[in-house]
Amino acid sequence: MNKPKLILFGELTDKKVNVMSSFFAIFAGLLFGLIIMIITNANESFQAFFTILFGPIGGLKSIGKVLFYSTPIILTGLSVGFAFKTGLFNIGASGQLIVGAFVAVYIGVRWTFLGPSQWIVATLCAGLAGAFWASIPGILKAYRNVNEVVATIMMNYIGIYLVTYLVKLTIYQSGRNESQRVNIDAVIPSFGLENIFGPRSVNGGFFLAIIAVIIIYIILEKTTFGYELKAVGFNRDASKYAGINEKRSIILSMIISGFLAGLAGAVIYLVGTGKAIEVKDILPAEGFDGIPVALIGLSNPIGVFFAGIFMGYIREGGFLMQRFGFKTEIIDIIIASIIYFSALVIIFKEFILKAYKNKLDKKISRGDNNG
Amino acid sequence: MEYVIEMLNITKEFPGIKANDNVTLQVNKGEIHALLGENGAGKSTLMSILFGLYQPDKGVIKVNGNEVQIKNPNDANDLGIGMVHQHFKLVHNFTVAENIILGREETEKGLLKLNEAVEKIKNLSEKYQLRIDPNAYISDISVGMQQRVEILKMLFRDSDILIFDEPTAVLTPQEIEELMKIMKELVNEGKSIILITHKLNEIKKVADRCSVLRKGKYIGTVDVKDVSMEQMAEMMVGRKINFTVDKEKANPGKVIFSVKNLNLLSPDLNRFLLKDISFDVKKGEILCVAGIEGNGQSELVKAITGLIPHKSGKFYLNDQDITDKNIRNKTLAGIGHIPEDRHKYGLVLDYNLAENLIIQTYFSDELQSKGFLKFRSIYKHAKDLINRFDIRSGKGPYTKARSMSGGNQQKAIIAREIDREPDLLIAVQPTRGLDVGAIEYIHKELIKHRDSGKAVLLVSLELDEVMNLSDRIIVMYEGEIVADLDPDKTNENELGLYMAGSKRTTVRVKRGEIDE
Ligand SMILES: Nc1ncnc2c1ncn2[C@@H]1O[C@H](COP(=O)(O)OP(=O)(O)OP(=O)(O)O)[C@@H](O)[C@H]1O
Ligand SMILES: [Mg+2]
Repeated sequence: MNKPKLILFGELTDKKVNVMSSFFAIFAGLLFGLIIMIITNANESFQAFFTILFGPIGGLKSIGKVLFYSTPIILTGLSVGFAFKTGLFNIGASGQLIVGAFVAVYIGVRWTFLGPSQWIVATLCAGLAGAFWASIPGILKAYRNVNEVVATIMMNYIGIYLVTYLVKLTIYQSGRNESQRVNIDAVIPSFGLENIFGPRSVNGGFFLAIIAVIIIYIILEKTTFGYELKAVGFNRDASKYAGINEKRSIILSMIISGFLAGLAGAVIYLVGTGKAIEVKDILPAEGFDGIPVALIGLSNPIGVFFAGIFMGYIREGGFLMQRFGFKTEIIDIIIASIIYFSALVIIFKEFILKAYKNKLDKKISRGDNNG
Repeated sequence: MEYVIEMLNITKEFPGIKANDNVTLQVNKGEIHALLGENGAGKSTLMSILFGLYQPDKGVIKVNGNEVQIKNPNDANDLGIGMVHQHFKLVHNFTVAENIILGREETEKGLLKLNEAVEKIKNLSEKYQLRIDPNAYISDISVGMQQRVEILKMLFRDSDILIFDEPTAVLTPQEIEELMKIMKELVNEGKSIILITHKLNEIKKVADRCSVLRKGKYIGTVDVKDVSMEQMAEMMVGRKINFTVDKEKANPGKVIFSVKNLNLLSPDLNRFLLKDISFDVKKGEILCVAGIEGNGQSELVKAITGLIPHKSGKFYLNDQDITDKNIRNKTLAGIGHIPEDRHKYGLVLDYNLAENLIIQTYFSDELQSKGFLKFRSIYKHAKDLINRFDIRSGKGPYTKARSMSGGNQQKAIIAREIDREPDLLIAVQPTRGLDVGAIEYIHKELIKHRDSGKAVLLVSLELDEVMNLSDRIIVMYEGEIVADLDPDKTNENELGLYMAGSKRTTVRVKRGEIDE
């Protein structure tokens, strides 16, 4: 018997329902933001909201900014999402990011002897530093069954204080209370993007993020290595039974996750805009932003990519909206409520399933079902 | 007469499969009503609908003659319906009492009132002789006890319609006896029971009527006293089933696997879980380890396969010392393992069937090249096994293991292990949860495995399986081997005596003689 199908959705799979639920969460979050805006300033709220939604596609410059904001959070989202797919909750992307950032900036300031390859070395070493930082909770989890949530949070604090200390000790610019500027060779080149989007905008880091997305996707979906990592994430006992070295898998998962967060550190600081590590003891927001990006992107590398772009997009939208007198915090509210709504995903799911079924029933009763 | 439960024309569809297709079930008050059907016939689904876990696509449910909507398990509870699930739903790091009150916690000024609950649990436990300690942690108690906790949970909630989904699959014969007694007592009090089981003798023993499902469809309902087990089996699978196992006399060859002086201490180092175990398994032989649950059989298997470490003792496979090999290398050396706990060890429930079928072989050259999985071969491999072993599910190789019926999950594991053609196949309770047709098939496969010159180490709690299948029997009692028997020269009674520890043929080992 041919099953009647809706043209739009085809057969309803779990995957599709999940994706739709994510979109519902985004929609609901935006709506909630709009309500807050109406409450605070009804007159201009619609105009401002319109700007959030459509402002960023107003010009190449804004688009460039969107991609610029997106780049690091795609990487941290990928970091969190990858860990999650392999059964680990890496809350430590912030710490791994800042440790990576320090190594990147240190090399960017000091190792001028490297010449034009300075940015490559700085970027790679940033990744390795993040990997190292993440490997510690990984080892603790694998051998001592220490909960990785607790361990990575601890490593965040150790990381930020250590980095402030090391910046002061090595590459300090006391007048500005921040690190020194990186050498021009250490700035990640724009690979022509500058010509399209203008200076101080998206750079080669974006390509790096795309490459990372592709590689992580391939690892997870196509390789025996990814098969092992996911198996351990889903069921550690069964993996052990099957002869998979679960301890090694856990550690490697954390290392890869940390590498991605470390890369994000390089991407943020190896830019020509004079960005420097401030001596402030505050964990970088890009690290934590990885969590909502991973959530909205359903931990799927491709999903994370678009979720990252979306987050960059409404950040830029929020920036443009300021001219109507709204604070950019509105954007934080929207993002936060999207996360709450995605936690309510189950309800959305049922809603979608019901709507689908109703439509199907109607279709059947209309007699389309002659299979 | 009015029925307590009527499920009329229930239809429930999952992606790719109609789990229930216009099914009707009518249960009398005060009866034990058995629900019989092959693996994947839709029994658990039907009961999950009655318990509010799934919503039917079509159909009507009546409780005591009134049409009801059961939207969730709370609705079911309110209607007096309780359920013991095929795979228990207990929180392992909670105590028995905490688990039982979960979902209907009584509070006073916002604080949990646990004491009253504990009292009530104690009383109930005494009344029905369940021997449950309300303050024990679930993780510390045996499977049989966990099941009694589930039963107590229903009694605590004053349910009078009780659903048991394959309650006996995980129990020892003694525990099954007790459970049957408890069930009889409950119906005598006026409660009604729906019992799902694959064991026809249990139906014969306790059930009043029996409804049969086949491939999601309702076949009929019979009075149990009017039909024989053979007739029930035929109703269920649609063909005659052979209950006795046909096999040739074993033709054992040389020793293929041996255990030498294996000792294992309990984690608290207080007592021996395994005491000086030594035995050989020969080519072309099915050696059965018999015993009451908890006498060291699980530990023996876990030690051999490497799931738990042990200090003293050696294992030899094909004259090669494999004691210190890791699990992967033991697998490669030729050990297959059908584990006791299919959800913990046997399957990655979130992987699909095809992915589960390659869990020990994904790195072989047939299934990958240069680290990349060869999906075409993986799915072809899965389809082969699905056909060969008749694994039924909604979407074939693409079905998530989680959504498969319990028996079909078990078939998948067996298929995977037999297909690897291990020299030594360790099968722990291989037919647990399988329907009679599938059991017949699996027994044939195990014998075929034996006849191809390999060895089978079978751990089973079922006496008929032990007697029917084995070529040699060793009996374990309190971590020791107490007898080594020829099944042709013994009987179930004698076996029972050895298992209970009141008889032994081997010499007792004294504590001092063991060097750990
Ligand atoms: N949540 C689900 N999603 C998709 N398919 C399901 C789901 N639950 C059950 N099925 C499918 O419905 C069919 C009936 O399953 P069910 O668990 O009811 O069988 P059963 O009669 O209890 O079998 P068993 O004796 O093996 O426990 C199976 O083919 C199973 O794969
Ligand atoms: Mg079932």
